[in-house]
Amino acid sequence: MTYKNSSENCTENSNEISDLEKVELPDRNGWFGEYGGSYVPEQLQKVLDDITQSYEKIKKDPTFIAELRDLNQHYSGRPSPIFYCKNLSEKIGGADIYLKREDLNHTGAHKINHCLGEALLAKKMGKKKLIAETGAGQHGVALATAASLLGLKCDIYMGDIDIKKEHPNVVRMKILGARVVPVSRGTKTLKDAVDAAFEAYLKDPDSQFYGIGSVVGPHPFPMMVRDFQKVVGMEAKEQFKEITGKIPDNLVACVGGGSNAIGLFTAFLNDTNVNIYGVEPSGLSFKDGEHAATLTLGKPGILHGFKSYLLQDKNGDPLPVYSVASGLDYPGVGPQHSLLKDMGRITYVTINDKEAIDAFFELSRTEGIIPAVESAHAVAYAVKLAKTEGKGKNLLVNLSGRGDKDIDFIIEAYGKNYDC
Amino acid sequence: MLESYIKQRLQTKDILLMTHIVIGYPSFKESMQVVEQMVDAGVDMMELQIPFSEPMADGPVILKANQDALKKGARVNNCFKFAEDAVKKFKIPFLFMSYYNILFKYGVEKFAEKMAETGLKGAIVPDLPPEEGKDYAISMGKNHLSPIYIISPTTCDQRMTYLASKGSGFIYCVARKGVTGGQTEFSGGLEDYLKKCRRAVNLPLAVGFGVKNRADVEYLTGRADIAVIGSETIRIVNRDGSGAVGEFLKNLR
Repeated sequence: MTYKNSSENCTENSNEISDLEKVELPDRNGWFGEYGGSYVPEQLQKVLDDITQSYEKIKKDPTFIAELRDLNQHYSGRPSPIFYCKNLSEKIGGADIYLKREDLNHTGAHKINHCLGEALLAKKMGKKKLIAETGAGQHGVALATAASLLGLKCDIYMGDIDIKKEHPNVVRMKILGARVVPVSRGTKTLKDAVDAAFEAYLKDPDSQFYGIGSVVGPHPFPMMVRDFQKVVGMEAKEQFKEITGKIPDNLVACVGGGSNAIGLFTAFLNDTNVNIYGVEPSGLSFKDGEHAATLTLGKPGILHGFKSYLLQDKNGDPLPVYSVASGLDYPGVGPQHSLLKDMGRITYVTINDKEAIDAFFELSRTEGIIPAVESAHAVAYAVKLAKTEGKGKNLLVNLSGRGDKDIDFIIEAYGKNYDC
Repeated sequence: MLESYIKQRLQTKDILLMTHIVIGYPSFKESMQVVEQMVDAGVDMMELQIPFSEPMADGPVILKANQDALKKGARVNNCFKFAEDAVKKFKIPFLFMSYYNILFKYGVEKFAEKMAETGLKGAIVPDLPPEEGKDYAISMGKNHLSPIYIISPTTCDQRMTYLASKGSGFIYCVARKGVTGGQTEFSGGLEDYLKKCRRAVNLPLAVGFGVKNRADVEYLTGRADIAVIGSETIRIVNRDGSGAVGEFLKNLR
């Protein structure tokens, strides 16, 4: 399997979505190799077909493309800058570390990129309400924001544990006018929030739109979210060339469901001289229930409507997962990542809680940038990689979100180890 | 075969009853007692659900039963054992119901072979449409098992015919949108939908989702061939204990 080389002809319109149709994967039934597909009850079949058809039509519609471009630019603040971490790089004494500053987007994370796209599509389809799950609350906030902007109602399902941990985001969603629905079933985290949101969606798929939070779920969601997110990498490619005269040697992004990673990586998949690293959370240990390193330790399986790597027991039931980062706390992963792992195009590595928290403080104190604890996993791996790559090389990290949402929790749990 | 059994039964009964249990809920012992009461009450066939922690098409009642059964140790292997015991003990056809990852993890072909060996007659896998389940359909066919496909009120005529052409035994018509166990209006709108199903489908029709009393079964008599009782018997077990299911079922027809 090869990727169509579209990198040559995207220089003119590098941050447009007008060349979305040039992306080869998935096939028309939503398959990324043997992953993806649409494993859903018959009750959802028609509404997913409707979404696919509407999306296929709208993504070529100049009005839609212009509207989304305008919102990306004037509402989200795109293009997000690339920042050279001089202090951090010099301190490490290895490769140069650059950050793609998705944390500077409106709402503070990359999630707004696909939420604006999803909300615009929902509105064009005549839907009245957006519903979704959220883990860390970043997707929930971004979707609630898009709903408010476009005059749609919004219900966000969130696990009880995450509600406690991510209090500031819960408040933000409420201020934005969304209804936050607590989920107390099962493990009370992201996986259960997905179940609850799906159940609500099944009840009324006609007036609601499921604004999924990552490159997961049944077709067309992994494709659609990827298409809306790939602006990150397309921008970054041009910006990086401008700054350094060439494209990056290495890319690093954290992977939960995998939306920010796919967003950065897509534009570089055909540039085989670029090494790409996806960073999964190894939490407390590699024991079942103490990590969420799906691609590292999972096996192919089917959950939430798609086939992909999955952390599961011998029976086929998903295993409990854990990470200090609520946004990475998911037993599955986007199907395209599974394919890219099997192809060997992307190297998936792990960072544990402690390494992520160290990186959280390190970036805050060397560069004055407080990263989301999810993104801190990518920073932690970048620090390791900078050492082994050495001087003369560089690496670009997707700083997918800012850390404001995490500060109370982190100070309480880890503050005393870091003099605060 | 399942279809001929259903047609034969329909010569003496106006409508058949299919019930459902979650294996291992509230315990293995009690779920077998519930099966026994169901058979004694004259149900014609039964779905045995292998618990899965994310039962996508099920509502809160069956979801909780799934999760509790898992906590009590229900796994594929002891579910097969349970089915084997039920098949040996009782004369009616038993079907498995579960979600696709359970079959996928076990190995679809191995799963179908084991089902046949156990004496099961078919399976309902709500998250496996025929488009994604080609291996499954082949394995089921090879082992003379019926893959039961589902039609919903949003299914168009053309797809109804397609689903019917892929299925065998009977077609399961979901009475409304949403998940199992909610309220269903057994009235006007449903009539048109069932007529549409009848026209498009050559197999017997089962109707489920929200069937919970005598009036509902009466409504379906003449409009469908099989009434499916799912969440309601679990509610009764939760409220009145597993001994109360038989009485409830005897009063349905």
